[in-house]
Amino acid sequence: MAGVVVVGASLGGLRAADALARSGYGGGITLVGDEPHPPYNRPPLSKEALVDEQEFEAIRLRSSSKGGAVNLVTGLHAVSADLSRGLVFFSNGSEMAFEGLVAATGLRPRALPIPKPGAGVLVLRTYADLLRLRGELAGVRDVAIIGAGFIGCALAASLTQLGYSVSVIAPEDVPMLRPLGEELGGALLRHHSAQGIKFGLSRLPVTIEGDARPERVVCNDGSSFDAQLVIEAVGSATNTEWLEGNGLELSDGILCDERLSFGGQGRFLAVGDVARFPNLAFDAVPRRVEHWGIAVDTGRYAGKALGRLLTSGEAEPAFKPMPAFWSDQFELRIQSFGMPGLVTDPAAIRVLEGDLDGEVVVGYYREDTLVGVVLVGFVQSHLKYRAAVAESLAAAGTSS
Amino acid sequence: MKVIVDLNKCNDHGQCVYSAPDVFALNDRGELSFRDEARDLYVSGELDESLRDVLEEAADICPMQAIEIEG
Repeated sequence: MAGVVVVGASLGGLRAADALARSGYGGGITLVGDEPHPPYNRPPLSKEALVDEQEFEAIRLRSSSKGGAVNLVTGLHAVSADLSRGLVFFSNGSEMAFEGLVAATGLRPRALPIPKPGAGVLVLRTYADLLRLRGELAGVRDVAIIGAGFIGCALAASLTQLGYSVSVIAPEDVPMLRPLGEELGGALLRHHSAQGIKFGLSRLPVTIEGDARPERVVCNDGSSFDAQLVIEAVGSATNTEWLEGNGLELSDGILCDERLSFGGQGRFLAVGDVARFPNLAFDAVPRRVEHWGIAVDTGRYAGKALGRLLTSGEAEPAFKPMPAFWSDQFELRIQSFGMPGLVTDPAAIRVLEGDLDGEVVVGYYREDTLVGVVLVGFVQSHLKYRAAVAESLAAAGTSS
Repeated sequence: MKVIVDLNKCNDHGQCVYSAPDVFALNDRGELSFRDEARDLYVSGELDESLRDVLEEAADICPMQAIEIEG
């Protein structure tokens, strides 16, 4: 009998399988991942798991489904699928039949196409990457991180705390520019610089010099940064190749409708980083949202929606989550609600409380609607500001 | 049904408060309020079965995976 196959044993995939099991669906649920491990939590890879040398069990994700409800298969890589026949094919030549499919194949890190030595240049996405990083850190004094996004900055903070001399190299003029904007990014630049991180901003690396291992990163403005280890945190590519040939829009993740469904039947859904969907609480533009919390929310929604559809033929209401993310860097907790990244006009980004060089709350406006907030510190205030975003969005929704 | 929070894992993100406001709260220092009554492990009293869905959501959304549901 054809049940549901969840491709990708990630956070989103696991939550989808759990929610489907809870829905009472009895057709059989298989969760397939290409890593050798059961599902685990990725954010600690750049933080606690690195700094405290946690073992795998510390980051393993709990499953809420009862024993046997979800059949977990690890180490199996999906290479193609035929949606019309309900089949997914794997690299070992096997196949699985399905009546419902959840795509949770996520992202893979990009590497820069620049000259580099064969060893000592890494990415960090998986637990295997973390083990490699731990091994490669032996004997290293200087680390260069290419990319100043959240992962690059969190990693830089962790490695600085571990005593390494860390450089961050990126084309933007402040770290975390795209999600946070110029002013708050600038404040975090001052903070992180004072903690000892060397920033090489407004420049591009052109070559990583060194014979067997890195010695320095050379940039297009002639500057160079000593590094015996280089970590590339320059963005990601979506893992959608296995869905090609089914007439889907896969140019930036899997294009979904407001119910996370693709392929037009409601029986195929995408979750997590790979899903590009409109969040009608904000607008009708489909976007991918690379937040940990969105992986949970999309997974829970997809499992529930699929269970309901397959057992009763009914559709769930549209998926309209409140995006939230956090990042702990040094002693700072950065938290965000809504979609601050939608706002690029500096005049529409305002300090709501505190000041930029200490604890601060920043509001991001589209017209008069508060579409996002970012808190640095103010940990006792996030309920209030999350509610303010929700209320503002609801008011805008009823007036338009 | 009981809820168990590992207060050493918990990092006071407060995501649980959005999911299950009848069970979880933050104190005025922004810490999980269970810290006022327990040190390493918080174990609730018997909770009503009607809370199971929201507790499952709270456990799922906990960034530190510090929440477990027993029974």
